[in-house]
Amino acid sequence: MDRRRWCGSVLGLGFVLLGVGCERAPDDAGPILIGHFASMTGSEATWGVSTDRGVRMAVDEANAEGGVRGRRLKVITYDNQGKQQESATAVTRLITQDKVVAVLGEVASSRSIAGGQVAQRFGVPMISPSSTNPKVTEIGDMISRVCFIDPFQGYACAKFARGEPLRAQKAATLYNRAQIYSTGLNETFREHFAKLGGTITTEQAYSDGDTDFSAQLTNIRGTAPDVIFVPGYYTEVINISVQARRLGITVPLLGGDGWDAEDLKNAGAALDGCFFCNHYSHEDPRPAVQEFVRKYKALEGGRVPDGMAATGYDAARLLIDAMRRAPSLSGKDLAAAIAATKDFPGVTGVITIDAQRNARKPAVILRLQGGKPSFVTSIDPPE
Amino acid sequence: MDTQSIDPLMKLVQTLLDGFAVGGMYALIALGYTMVYGILKFINFAHSDVFTLGAWVSWGLAARALRLEGAADAGGTPVWAVPVVLLGAMLLCGTVGFLIERLAYKPLRAAPRLNVLITAIGVSLLLQNVGQLRVVFGPYPKSMPALLPDVTLLYVAGVRVPVVDVLVIGLPLVLMLGLEWLIFRTRVGLAMRAVSYNTQTAALMGVNVNRVISFTFVLGSALAAAAGFLYALKYVGLKQPADTTWVMLGLKAFVAAVVGGIGNVRGAMLGGFAIGLLEFLGVAYLEPLYRDVYVFAVLILVLLLRPAGILGRAAVEKV
Repeated sequence: MDRRRWCGSVLGLGFVLLGVGCERAPDDAGPILIGHFASMTGSEATWGVSTDRGVRMAVDEANAEGGVRGRRLKVITYDNQGKQQESATAVTRLITQDKVVAVLGEVASSRSIAGGQVAQRFGVPMISPSSTNPKVTEIGDMISRVCFIDPFQGYACAKFARGEPLRAQKAATLYNRAQIYSTGLNETFREHFAKLGGTITTEQAYSDGDTDFSAQLTNIRGTAPDVIFVPGYYTEVINISVQARRLGITVPLLGGDGWDAEDLKNAGAALDGCFFCNHYSHEDPRPAVQEFVRKYKALEGGRVPDGMAATGYDAARLLIDAMRRAPSLSGKDLAAAIAATKDFPGVTGVITIDAQRNARKPAVILRLQGGKPSFVTSIDPPE
Repeated sequence: MDTQSIDPLMKLVQTLLDGFAVGGMYALIALGYTMVYGILKFINFAHSDVFTLGAWVSWGLAARALRLEGAADAGGTPVWAVPVVLLGAMLLCGTVGFLIERLAYKPLRAAPRLNVLITAIGVSLLLQNVGQLRVVFGPYPKSMPALLPDVTLLYVAGVRVPVVDVLVIGLPLVLMLGLEWLIFRTRVGLAMRAVSYNTQTAALMGVNVNRVISFTFVLGSALAAAAGFLYALKYVGLKQPADTTWVMLGLKAFVAAVVGGIGNVRGAMLGGFAIGLLEFLGVAYLEPLYRDVYVFAVLILVLLLRPAGILGRAAVEKV
């Protein structure tokens, strides 16, 4: 009994000391903290990892140029494991404990919405690198993004499906009803595909965590479409493509930026000849892109940057640019400076933040062969 | 929506094939739940994680140990790949099952059943999170290399049946026949039945109860590993070990054991196929989003109407 009590007091003292160690006054001379919440592990881990690489690359470059306002920048990354609740927790922790001046994240729209609601409540600016659902920036004036939104992405996919080389007359769709990104993109694709003169043969749905798609794919096969639109996330797309080929479905699949991941190579030949819409292509000859690809490869051992790395890089650079322009680093001033961004030369295109705090940019269509994406065409937003 | 052009016979055959394949996996997992319950009268909630481990060990053996990634495209996978990976996974999971029983449950043999149940949940969390460690399987989804060529063996009513599906449907049947023989035709099986009937009397008759319990765990874990191997072959994309997908699969297998009559080996087999078929028929003909609802609705119905399960017999508790 005595010994236990002794252990208890030592433990208690330890906690007190730990608490004292954590307590420190906000220091204006220290580094400026930027928070990043991302899926560093879990089902969509490559997105978090890629985005974080892009963010850190941008911040390291800014630090090499002498930082911002005479201070260094520091990124704090928290893993949300690809979960919605964890996103809200991560952003709360970044803002209330680490006192970051701005937050970057997420890729998945549902998680950006969860984190964005927290950032808006605390009045801390947040930039989503690649969440495309319109609802993300509708949260409020603190939230903006550096990518296009789904009403345009759905249009781009539909326009590509109707044009060369697919010339699809009939399309079926297979979407995740539990993800706002997937349902939203499915809706806009349906609308634009019909408007462009095509027919949707059937719309099939699945839910988070589903691994068997044979029932939906059997229904789709029965309607003999020319193309199947799959606005899901890459982990699901791998399963869907393998099962579709096993069922004898040979038509190409078409998807959105949720496909963007190195892991697509795991589908083997099942995704050969399939297409997806993305934010940029590493084959784009523009000097800004080639410069980015070269630097990224040098840092990451020859790895080709995917779209998420590029949007992460752009989001961080745009934030740093706004920090330099803002009269102060308070949430209000910084958010206003972000919203005032005009003709910012990003890797994924020239970025102008519009009145809804979205970016207006062209989309690229990529074709998969052996898991590697190659540039097919670029589609501009309609006037 | 135009769904008239689907050949109804083709759709039915496809649905039945998939239902049987997944039902066989549920049955293999359910057997482990039911055998342990039969002997120790407690639900081993770590059992579904042994199934997950089976799938991931299969991946580890195929992709890491044997380096078979992309072998199917480059000249074909060796014929011995399937048996080696399967037996390796069964052996490893059998050992893990043995260790779980020895280290976690055996010290609690005399403790209240609730303590054992909570320990089982602890073991389940331990297995999930150790599996997530970067040095083990890592916190990312991975893809199982193709171990079988993508060849169509036969066409049933216009439905393509690839080699993989033949294995996925056939192997559980073979394993279940083997288990049937083991339990009802061998001395070990006799001992298992005796311990399940009455542990104390069996011990008095000279049955080594501890050895029988260990054997049951090894057997159940090896069957779960076989189910994991088949799952990896059929569904290729494996979610990270602590993902909820695995928990849901394990839960459905548990439902299968309860529906069939927990403690009853034949009930577990029947329950597995019943749940698998029901799930797939519901997804194909009703609404695909209610996949899990069908399974748990049946559980509620069975618990209301026949609480002991289809083949289970209601036992009168003597006080």
